[in-house]
Amino acid sequence: MNAFSAILRRDLLLAWRSRADLLISLAFFVIVGCLFPFGVGAEPNQLRAIGPGVLWVAALLSCLLSLHRLFAQDYQDGTLEQMLLSPDPTVLWILAKVIAHWLTTAVPLLLITPLMALMFDLEGGAIQVLTASLAIGTPTLSLIGAVGAALTLGLRGGGALLALLVLPLFVPILIFGAGSVDAFLSGTGASAHMLLLGGGALGALALSPIACAAALRISTE
Amino acid sequence: MNSTESRFNLFHYAAPQAFYPIAGKLAPLFAAIALLLTLAGLWIGFFQAPTDAVQGEVYRVIFIHVPAAWMSMFVFLVMAFWSAVGLTLNTRLSALMAQALAPTGAMFCFVALWTGALWGRPTWGAYWVWDARLTSQLLLLFLYLGYMALVAAIDDPRRRDKAGAILCLVGAVNVPIIYFSVKWWNTLHQGASVSLTKAPSMASIMLSGMLVMALAAWAYTIAVALYRVRVLILERERHTDWVRGELANIGEVH
Repeated sequence: MNAFSAILRRDLLLAWRSRADLLISLAFFVIVGCLFPFGVGAEPNQLRAIGPGVLWVAALLSCLLSLHRLFAQDYQDGTLEQMLLSPDPTVLWILAKVIAHWLTTAVPLLLITPLMALMFDLEGGAIQVLTASLAIGTPTLSLIGAVGAALTLGLRGGGALLALLVLPLFVPILIFGAGSVDAFLSGTGASAHMLLLGGGALGALALSPIACAAALRISTE
Repeated sequence: MNSTESRFNLFHYAAPQAFYPIAGKLAPLFAAIALLLTLAGLWIGFFQAPTDAVQGEVYRVIFIHVPAAWMSMFVFLVMAFWSAVGLTLNTRLSALMAQALAPTGAMFCFVALWTGALWGRPTWGAYWVWDARLTSQLLLLFLYLGYMALVAAIDDPRRRDKAGAILCLVGAVNVPIIYFSVKWWNTLHQGASVSLTKAPSMASIMLSGMLVMALAAWAYTIAVALYRVRVLILERERHTDWVRGELANIGEVH
């Protein structure tokens, strides 16, 4: 547990020291969200209809953009190899790194989501559901994305390759995340979607650190 | 040593050098079977099977479409199987088999989507609808492309094999999740306005034509995978003496 908290604190500190990077992915989220009204027109009913989906896609892309940071720096300066050699369980500190990634990329995004949702003319209840679905769904994105980041570590064309690998796997999360708001608005209630998102997060929490550990060992050997 | 060699040992063929000649013998055999079955299947499909009462002649696309769709899903399962074998038993040939199968799987995926679009235009009035099956087939194609792109991007053979295997297993775990989530999404949004289920009973001649074509697709996949794995083996083992000898025989030594 010591290694867990040490890595978590270290990664959070590193992220805080390079705050500009975090702001970039946050700005990316905001700008992508703002592009859609220009593309599809600013008719309020249409914006209300596409808003949850657009914000979810923007969150997904913003998460993707920051994924390569997860291991790249440690890989380049050799820290990653040292951590793999350490006696602490690999799964444990991978989990710490993923949690740090989620805290530094998804949480700022959650804080700004209500503002973005207002730009799409969503009502209060829908904004709450959207934010809650992002809060439950984004950990899965970080967890699955970590496997992709570990597999593409140090490869040429890593960014585009990472997108090709993980975006198809993100589709179920996108469906249930954006669907939760639609379900809420149609009156059926969002609890089924939330439960599925939560189940997905727990499943990913159990499986993806193991796959990620195996992928990291392969990438560094 | 002698006792292990005397009895039949499957692991003997896990060595690329031992598998190479066997693959060379089996590949033309399966290619011939595939050719015969394709001719028979197309003959049944185009000349024997009656015109469909509801859909007319356009239904005949199923003789290519359905076997291609089946095969595209099945090949991914086989790749996942070989990936699991390769990761657990550390056999080099398993990863090569998975890599040899991937382009064929992607090709069948594309064929299924393409023929589906050609069938959909006259039948549904649209080349593409966001039906659950179409969408999950499209995502399967992306999984194939991702696997092939990852394998192509890695230069180190060991890392290529293992990273590809992990991605394949992760994909295999996700395929059912993707399928059911897409299905649910679709039913939530637009209901069953368009259904892929055909008329309740299918004439047995149609079914037999489809099954013959499915067998042809199997034979074709096996043949092509064996041809491809032979090339992969030569490429991978090019520094060994036996490959140099083999290439000298073919007359391609540089």
